[in-house]
Amino acid sequence: MGLLSDPSRRKVLTGLLTRLNTPICIVCYLAGIVWFMGLAFEPFTLRTYMSENAMGSTMVEERFSSGERALSLAKEFDAHKRKAGGMPVEWLVKAMQSRGLEVFTQSFSRKLPFPDENKERYMVRGTNVYGILRAPRAPRTEALVITAPCSPGNTNNQAVALLLALAQYFRNQIYWAKDIIFLVNEHDLIGTQAWLEGYHHTNITGMEYSPLQGRAGSIQAALSLELSSDVITSLDLVLEGLNGQLPNLDLANLFYAFCQKLGVLCTIQGKLQRNDWDTAEGYTHAAQTMMLMVLKQACGRSWGDHGLFLRYHIEAASVRGINSFRHYKTDATTIGRLLEGMVRKLNNLLERLHQSYFFYLLPSLSRFVSIGYYMPAFGLLAVILLLRALDLWVHLGAPALAPSCHCFSVSLQPSSPGVLTVLTPVVISHLTGVALYLLPVHLQEMAVEHFPVSETEAVVLTAIAIYTAGLALPHNTQRYTHRLILMQFILRYMFTLLKLTALLYLAVLLGCTALINFSLGFILAVTLVPITASITPHMPKALYALVMVLLSPAFTILYCVFIYQELIEAPVSVSEGWMLFLSVISQGILDHALYGSLVYPLLALFIYPCWLMFWNILFWN
Amino acid sequence: MNYCNLITIFAFINLLVSIPHGYSNYVETKAGQFFSSGHTNNWAVLVCTSRFWFNYRHVANTLSVYRSVKRLGIPDSHIVLMLADDMACNYRNPKPATVFSHKNMELNVYGDDVEVDYRGYEVTVENFLRVLTGRLPPSTPRSKRLLSDDRSNILIYLTGHGGNGFLKFQDSEEISNMELADAFEQMWQKRRYNELLFIIDTCQGASMYERFYSPNLMALASSQVGEDSLSHQPDLGIGVHLMDKYTFYLLEFLEEVHPASQANMNDLFKVCPQSQCVSTPGHRTDLFQRDPGSVLITDFFGSVRKVEITKDTINLTSPVEPPIKRSGSSDIQIESLTYVDQLPVAEIIHQQDCLEANVTRCRRKQQRTRKLNCQVVEKQTA
Repeated sequence: MGLLSDPSRRKVLTGLLTRLNTPICIVCYLAGIVWFMGLAFEPFTLRTYMSENAMGSTMVEERFSSGERALSLAKEFDAHKRKAGGMPVEWLVKAMQSRGLEVFTQSFSRKLPFPDENKERYMVRGTNVYGILRAPRAPRTEALVITAPCSPGNTNNQAVALLLALAQYFRNQIYWAKDIIFLVNEHDLIGTQAWLEGYHHTNITGMEYSPLQGRAGSIQAALSLELSSDVITSLDLVLEGLNGQLPNLDLANLFYAFCQKLGVLCTIQGKLQRNDWDTAEGYTHAAQTMMLMVLKQACGRSWGDHGLFLRYHIEAASVRGINSFRHYKTDATTIGRLLEGMVRKLNNLLERLHQSYFFYLLPSLSRFVSIGYYMPAFGLLAVILLLRALDLWVHLGAPALAPSCHCFSVSLQPSSPGVLTVLTPVVISHLTGVALYLLPVHLQEMAVEHFPVSETEAVVLTAIAIYTAGLALPHNTQRYTHRLILMQFILRYMFTLLKLTALLYLAVLLGCTALINFSLGFILAVTLVPITASITPHMPKALYALVMVLLSPAFTILYCVFIYQELIEAPVSVSEGWMLFLSVISQGILDHALYGSLVYPLLALFIYPCWLMFWNILFWN
Repeated sequence: MNYCNLITIFAFINLLVSIPHGYSNYVETKAGQFFSSGHTNNWAVLVCTSRFWFNYRHVANTLSVYRSVKRLGIPDSHIVLMLADDMACNYRNPKPATVFSHKNMELNVYGDDVEVDYRGYEVTVENFLRVLTGRLPPSTPRSKRLLSDDRSNILIYLTGHGGNGFLKFQDSEEISNMELADAFEQMWQKRRYNELLFIIDTCQGASMYERFYSPNLMALASSQVGEDSLSHQPDLGIGVHLMDKYTFYLLEFLEEVHPASQANMNDLFKVCPQSQCVSTPGHRTDLFQRDPGSVLITDFFGSVRKVEITKDTINLTSPVEPPIKRSGSSDIQIESLTYVDQLPVAEIIHQQDCLEANVTRCRRKQQRTRKLNCQVVEKQTA
């Protein structure tokens, strides 16, 4: 009784908790939002610095000079690409062999679950070509990868050509301590996935590929090049990878250091850095850059060919050349020198990059926010759920006896009937989630037969249909539940138990998500926490139903699409936004099937059922 | 005119008389200098404690001191060179088989005849202390031993990464200043040095000599406690820093020293002032008995054979002068320190006998015991 805790003290505390619960929750929510927005404010960020001692500063002499030769090679590559109607495998093999590399090819094929309308492919067959430059004196234990995609049309010719020019230059140097692999992959991400799976002897996505004949050792770092014009005005760095994973910050620091040394303009999220952090425009610029990174990280897809390397603990980044309307242009030789400097510094590494941060947000290339600074924003939101759960627990422990109840002869036993009836909504919500996960792809043929839509549209619309059908569930579950329990009082008590379970479940879910992919967890928390914390059956049902639907995960995705378009300065109208939204859903399902992205399963199997449980609570009677 | 002639002749005769007198004075001062330092051979222990490519400069530091020491006369058999990593043959070295100390590859300190005694993972704290104290297994070859005696001047040079009171060996262990001081005390008790010069080029190097307590030690460090020693120049072709500032200027100073130079320790203390080095070099001479101004650089860095050719006889009846008292030391009078007499058995056993009148028998017995003592001592140092 009063041995280890003081009951009167506890009563005071719980009374305080009950009384102040709502104000504290509101304060926490506002504090969380303000903290997040304040992360982009420059005095709260830290300047980036090189943490890895072995890489040192930009203390190398770059001597690469064959930029012009690379450009003429680009034209040759383009011509051969047109002639071959795809990837000119023989020409690439001969070109790499003449430069002294050990050349190998890998063929792969993959049938997508449904046609990809963005890239117009369904049955994908391709070949990867890669050449290995062996280190002249070192044992073949470690490797670096430089990759350029072979894209159809006019894109990325200069990237492949620069790759070959760099290979020729690197072959003449004797200071390589690691093997360097020059990879030209076809069908961008699918080719990279096939190559990586072949290299590491795994098969996680059901791809068919021929085994790799040549191998080089454990890969320490990778760089992906995307260059589509002879001259560029700036270089963009892309860091976000699959499932929101980011490479080590030292790679971004290395890129930035070399850009400064060679005088190349560098951007992140396509935005240049500004120096006026104390003005409103400066702050909004940094906030926009950070929001773009958050949105890109949250959607969990790989925004460059580098993104798939991160899963194998290979630090990788994509460097994209951008040609916009600026006066000062950079030529291919300077880009070659930048890459030469970066690869030479990566050559000096003794271990994998691990000294700097793996979890960070970048409001600009020279400033970063580490996990210790941004996690409290999410923590404040999660605390709301826990406070509410604590409040409900206190109510359950000492229920305020309803004076209108005639049934105090029945002792409250929160055992078997309670658990069973809480279990019903939980199980039914999760079954709906499983349906949302499995049915769209499996039922597409049936949908195509009955409706005049293409396969992609069928999948997406089936998903939306199942999502909406879940809204009608409470009526069904209520009927089932009513058969079990007839007492008003116990019914009222049941919703509290269900809400407590759902709140804890949501807290655990969001917590785990935020640990792995902070942006996804934070965005979901921002929309889900207010409604779930304040929901009860006693609210005005129509209004609250509308609010719940407007803040459901699907609408969160829609808002994110609109915000993203605003931030990249290409705002869209409502109908265009809706089409984008549909394509985002189809891309999400495809990413999950092709590369193992976890956002779609998370939303379908866990977040959506959780939201459905709260929807059930709203319609509890 | 007569007077002029007389004066000229008088001056000429004076000159003729004074020249041999001046010459014998000069020879006597030189002879006095013969025994001023008290050492007969020179040893050097040069240690680089850090590995990895980005610590190129520590290997270059050690090799440049090695080069100076060899140039000034200490042979490889008297140098114990410990290098923790091989920079010359590192895969990342664009000029294999070279280690440069000046940028633009002016000076290759690796050369053709570098003899490394302890290499790679053999450079450990245990091995370093065993070399200093002589406690090596019997199978250790001579090149890995410090075979010094009580008339050896030893130069010890350490470089690497250090901190307040420690020096890091190979990224996995440390030697503390107390351990080093105790090792030097062991060396003193085992009569393994006459005088010892200790130079250290690391961050906070002065902390390493704070705890010394054995006599005849002089120490120099590249930075004080709380300061970092900085590296000097990067070479962009090689991609690393080539030398540390202190050793760079030390090397420049030593390049001007030749075996006959009279530069003394006070000049060495002035190497790399704060304006050049950013850190403040420090030195410690309170345990040293001679005045640093009278200590030649070549007493430690070179192996100068004391040979003076003379055609005259020199009067050596005056005994060897005791060590010159340091000028400027105020109250503290350091007593002249000599080695404790080992195994004074003679006094213990024959004390009573010598009190008797039988002096000859006593003396003969003392001679016999002294011979025995010598044999015992020889066995110990073999």
